[in-house]
Amino acid sequence: MYEPTVARLTYRALLGRRRAAILFLLPALLIVIAVAVRMLVGVDDGVAADVLGGFALATMVPLIGVIAGTGAIGPEIDDGSIVYLLSKPVKRPTIIFTKLIVAIAVTMAFSAIPTFIAGLILNGNGSQIAIAYTVAALVASIAYSAVFLLLGTVSRHAVVFGLVYALVWEALFGSLVPGARTLSIQQWALSLAEKIGADGAIASDVGLPTAVILLVVVTGLATWYAGQKLRSLTLAGDE
Amino acid sequence: MTTIDITKASRWFGNVVAVNDVTMSIGPGVTGLLGPNGAGKSTLINMMGGFLAPSNGTVTLDGNPIWRNESVYKEIGVVPEREAMYDFLTGREFVVANAELHGLDEQAAQKALATVEMEYAQDRKVATYSKGMRQRVKMASALVHDPAVLLLDEPFNGMDPRQRMQLMDLLRRMGGEGRTVLFSSHILEEVEQLASHIEVIVAGRHAASGDFRKIRRLMTDRPHRYLVRSSDDRALAAALIADPSTAGIEVDRAEGALRIQAVDFGRFTELLPQVARAHGIRLLTVQPSDESLESVFSYLVTA
Repeated sequence: MYEPTVARLTYRALLGRRRAAILFLLPALLIVIAVAVRMLVGVDDGVAADVLGGFALATMVPLIGVIAGTGAIGPEIDDGSIVYLLSKPVKRPTIIFTKLIVAIAVTMAFSAIPTFIAGLILNGNGSQIAIAYTVAALVASIAYSAVFLLLGTVSRHAVVFGLVYALVWEALFGSLVPGARTLSIQQWALSLAEKIGADGAIASDVGLPTAVILLVVVTGLATWYAGQKLRSLTLAGDE
Repeated sequence: MTTIDITKASRWFGNVVAVNDVTMSIGPGVTGLLGPNGAGKSTLINMMGGFLAPSNGTVTLDGNPIWRNESVYKEIGVVPEREAMYDFLTGREFVVANAELHGLDEQAAQKALATVEMEYAQDRKVATYSKGMRQRVKMASALVHDPAVLLLDEPFNGMDPRQRMQLMDLLRRMGGEGRTVLFSSHILEEVEQLASHIEVIVAGRHAASGDFRKIRRLMTDRPHRYLVRSSDDRALAAALIADPSTAGIEVDRAEGALRIQAVDFGRFTELLPQVARAHGIRLLTVQPSDESLESVFSYLVTA
């Protein structure tokens, strides 16, 4: 199911592109914010949860997910170079699965690790907040990668749709319309964080069983559907 | 022996019909797919390469459908027209990656790079390559697994004459080895030099098929039109019309010229200067007025 050559090409394409600068910028920004908050406010569990929940999980993880998920396949489809992967006796779902693993690894590396470091800086993992948000970031990385990889496979405007989902649906509607939170990867991940963190430190609107089921179903369905779409990918000529 | 069969295949994009009810069989040897730009050559090659489903009809490799069938790529090598490659890799890394995707090792990649004579630049980034170099590395990537079928979409575009000769030699050799080599081109001379068998596509339709000489004759025997200006148009017209190679002459007073329709191309081109000389007429302009490839092709369609 995992094709090392596809993975190597995907890693190099993802990390070599200019867009990859955001992969480094966002975590750096999070660390800077964490240091500044720690110096100004001192150790405060509530503030630590606000920073990790409000910036790391709500903004940084989905943005990195968009870049890694759509970037793992979208540009190759756009410029047609995917033809070199497709014209091989390699099952198309294998290509999708491999790219998903790469997207997950990149999203985790650039979101979960900085989240953990920022958590340690903010309150030294008091009330398990650093660990809780790190786990949330890890879990969210998987679902975001799968959803945005699917977007990258089916649409040329994947980045725009990804940003609309992450910023408009999750951030805006999620804060205004309670029902929207049930359909939000961020909230599903938060429900895990809620279980790990000390009582009352972190709150989520979705129950843990619902969250886990939704995470598994969405990740699985998105990956399967992306594989099917790639099997039928049409490369029209320039004519 | 490996054969691609296209049977009653059509492909449309929305309301536009790109390929219209085409039936052809591509067997061993070099076949040229000839047609003007926009005729549907790329659409056909994409269907043969498994990157496009026929809207109607079938496209098969030795009887097996090509669409949604990854196993055909053990037999097929594809050289796409589009330029995009993995520019951040070196030529060697690119070909090695292609070999690995076939389950082969670096040795296969080196052999393919040697075949296209790109070893000297294999450690340079693809991004720094000229168009001809890219074309050759693309070719190497299609050859790594020693395929029985090679599909090339406009392979000579952007190549200089020397590179063109090299690639033609290579394709000729591969055809001679019994491989099925199909390349598309909109340039008559390219096809003439390389392919013994040609398929002509015009406006999505299969216009002609067969031996190149036969089709070439069809092309040269068609009525040719010329615009001629001379020191005495009417005297020239009278002398020319007496010969059976001339089918009709119109005196175009607005242009101040003769519009001549010739039926026997070879004979007419010899006749014209002889007649002019015999009657002491000076030829000022002799201009073919329908030599564009499109008009040649459209003639073929109606022939």
